[in-house]
Amino acid sequence: MVIAIKDVICIKGKMVTCGSRILEHFESPYDATVIQRLNRADGIIIGQTNMDEFAMGSSTENCAYGVVLNPIDETRVPGGSSGGSAVAVAAGMAWTALGSDTGGSIRQPAAFCGIVGLKPTYGRVSRYGLVAFASSFDQIGPFGGCVSDVARVLKVIAGHDPCDSTSAQVPVPDYVKSLTGDVSGLRIGLPKEYYTEALDREINDAIMKKVDVLRLHGAIVKEVSLPYTEYTIAAYYILTTAEASSNLARYDGARYGRRAKGAKDVIELYTRSRSEGFGDEVKRRIMLGTYVLSAGYYEAYYRKGQKVRRLIKEDFDKAFQDVDCLITPTSPTTAFKIGEKVDDPLTMYLSDIYTVSANLAGIPGISIPCGKDHQGLPIGLQILGKQFDEETILRVADFLESDER
Amino acid sequence: MKLNDPYEPVIGLEVHAQLLTESKAFCSCTTKFGNEPNTNVCPVCLGMPGVLPVLNKNVVEFVIRVGLAMKCNIAQRSIFARKNYFYPDLPKGYQISQYEEPICSGGYVEIDLDDHTRKKIGLTRIHMEEDAGKSIHDLDVDTLVDINRCGVPLIEIVSEPDISSPREAYLYLYKIRQIVTYLGICDGNMEEGSLRCDANVSVRRKGEKKFGTKTEVKNMNSFRYVERALEFEINRQIQLLEEAEEVVQETLLWDANQNIAYPMRSKEEAHDYRYFPEPDLVPVVVDEPWIDRVRATLPEHPTTRYDRFIAEYALPQYDADILTTEKSYADYFELVLKELHTKNKEQIKLVSNWVMTDVLRVVSEQKIDIKHFPISPTRLATMISLINDGTISGKIAKEVFEEMLKSSDDPRVIIEKKGLMQLSDQRVIEKVVTEVLDRNTAQVEKYLAGNEKVFGYFVGEVMKATKGKANPRIVNDILKKKFAHIQVSKG
Ligand SMILES: [Zn+2]
Repeated sequence: MVIAIKDVICIKGKMVTCGSRILEHFESPYDATVIQRLNRADGIIIGQTNMDEFAMGSSTENCAYGVVLNPIDETRVPGGSSGGSAVAVAAGMAWTALGSDTGGSIRQPAAFCGIVGLKPTYGRVSRYGLVAFASSFDQIGPFGGCVSDVARVLKVIAGHDPCDSTSAQVPVPDYVKSLTGDVSGLRIGLPKEYYTEALDREINDAIMKKVDVLRLHGAIVKEVSLPYTEYTIAAYYILTTAEASSNLARYDGARYGRRAKGAKDVIELYTRSRSEGFGDEVKRRIMLGTYVLSAGYYEAYYRKGQKVRRLIKEDFDKAFQDVDCLITPTSPTTAFKIGEKVDDPLTMYLSDIYTVSANLAGIPGISIPCGKDHQGLPIGLQILGKQFDEETILRVADFLESDER
Repeated sequence: MKLNDPYEPVIGLEVHAQLLTESKAFCSCTTKFGNEPNTNVCPVCLGMPGVLPVLNKNVVEFVIRVGLAMKCNIAQRSIFARKNYFYPDLPKGYQISQYEEPICSGGYVEIDLDDHTRKKIGLTRIHMEEDAGKSIHDLDVDTLVDINRCGVPLIEIVSEPDISSPREAYLYLYKIRQIVTYLGICDGNMEEGSLRCDANVSVRRKGEKKFGTKTEVKNMNSFRYVERALEFEINRQIQLLEEAEEVVQETLLWDANQNIAYPMRSKEEAHDYRYFPEPDLVPVVVDEPWIDRVRATLPEHPTTRYDRFIAEYALPQYDADILTTEKSYADYFELVLKELHTKNKEQIKLVSNWVMTDVLRVVSEQKIDIKHFPISPTRLATMISLINDGTISGKIAKEVFEEMLKSSDDPRVIIEKKGLMQLSDQRVIEKVVTEVLDRNTAQVEKYLAGNEKVFGYFVGEVMKATKGKANPRIVNDILKKKFAHIQVSKG
């Protein structure tokens, strides 16, 4: 098992930079739980992969250590924030790779690079040793060239960890065994709010073609509704930036990482270390997060965001009473040009529109290749499942993958 | 503050107590005090990237103990929150605490006022949190940080504004200290910072319903300072009101050297802690069986014990108060009683006297824990029984006691070895008395002439001759008998 690790997961004795200047010389004193588990399974860690700084981004352009190129078209981004991991697998540099997904950071780059990427259920994989962006959203997951590879890696890294209180005490099934190739009788939902006029025709058609194949093999396809979809992005950015503003407070130059030189007092040390160490996108999110938690704004933003999150989760609970999984696009577009959205954070945020809901609801999601657009760029299809039911989405993904071949 | 003042103070206290769990609140590091700086640390309490807190269940257990002892409502579900602020001794940039939905709410602490009435001080809440590290500023090199204390569990006990004087604040704090030490969850040492206290203070005209503007007083790190700082602050506020000036809502620091409280710089207090639920921890769930298990292990409440000492042993309030100051004192006292199998009120009072004046004197002089006191309750009981059965006198007992402190021998062995056995043999004493009278004919004449004070002189001589061992009651009897006899034979 030759595996690449996103540079946000701690490996003992290795530099762990999170794509940030502020951790440029930081050496981790411990192994993340997933690293311990990979080592126990004789995994070979071949290298660490570049990423958007602190996993904040959708293009792997927000990096202190250079922009990551898409191997299919080097003028384009690989998606993000786990762009480096996706590229390592897509370019054949590693058999598999670990990424982290807070709002689509595994699934969207998998889609852009034409590979498989899985975000497990929140609590399925230990976060111990994953440098936090937004603690109640983050989840480690695997990339692979095929669904069975991803299933194999998940089996190794999943399961309760006493070092992570939010990791669930739920048994881990043999995911490879769940790849039966049988989809007959399976109830599949298409959320109507995801298939609007705004969706690219080519992407829509590619996905519908797959849906037809499923129907042909005995799956029952239904339209479902997720009424709170329009609030997803807003709730996501309020809650994740709030958590991030607190999670990133520890990078102050006092104990480890970059320390500004010649500061005359502690306030100046903080200000300068953080100003010099963090990139623009990280600063933007820290400021936003600090704002939504501030006295006088908490109720209007953070508390409301939490309420919306609950409603979105209820949307999914309701939908999953009728169907076993949902099929959606992974991203509204295929890989875009490097530099195209860098100066427009809002457009960039919208490229996560189909993926963030899974993180808000804590449910698993997988992106698999689903044909190509007219430019030859891979299209991603996302399958969302019930909490802790990775088996079903892996089974559907595996079925569609066989069909693609 | 004078009694006839038209003003009354309104005080609420926030007390932090450091818990005596073996490991820290959210990692497995030891909480041991006094180790080399930055040795009781791990990636978790150092706030390394990627680490996660895991709640130490004993912290919850300890809070349930306090909550039950203070008659709080224990929440079945409570949550942690992050309190965000930057400080060098706070490695994560936030402190894990509880904000909305704390584990304990309501409840009260009873204090015994100087007029012997009992007053209930209501509690708003008790919550769990982690301690910060220590910044050491007073070095010329730089500010240094010690992370050892970082993550040590604390509870914060927040009172209602029910406290009406500095003396009551003192008594309240004293009672909190007594309860937490009885429960064995905190060592109660204010000077070392295991117990810390901040106060919210305002004054208003008596009879007024509305609260005045309050200030917060911090840095009162001893029981006396709390009383003094509050007196200072109350007087300052009254003076402002008298001069028709306004009390500014601010935080003050007590300076024990200058006996003043001065305002913190506004920059230091302008904190917006941006509390929000801690996403790395799951809600704390406490079920009834757990509460029942804890309740079953609770020691007798200090106030209940105090009341029982008065009712069951007929002790004066003063004695009951001293003996129940610490659980270990009360335990010691009751162990002695148990050994003596006595229900006799005079004997119980005698035991109380020995424990209060002799045992506790040594304990406080030598600053030792009564658990390490060289004389075990059993030994003390043996010694007291030897007084009761007349083997030794109370006076000799003091000497035996001193010996026991040094040798740890059984009192009987000491009495034997040192020949301290009380002399009660009538014939022997009579012989000594006769000798003394024969040697002091002039004094005998004086006594017979009506100078009764000389009687004491004879007792002293007999005691001297018997090296203090003669039973004083018998000496008295024989002397009186002898004088009567002489008088009769003369007359
Ligand atoms: Zn630790």
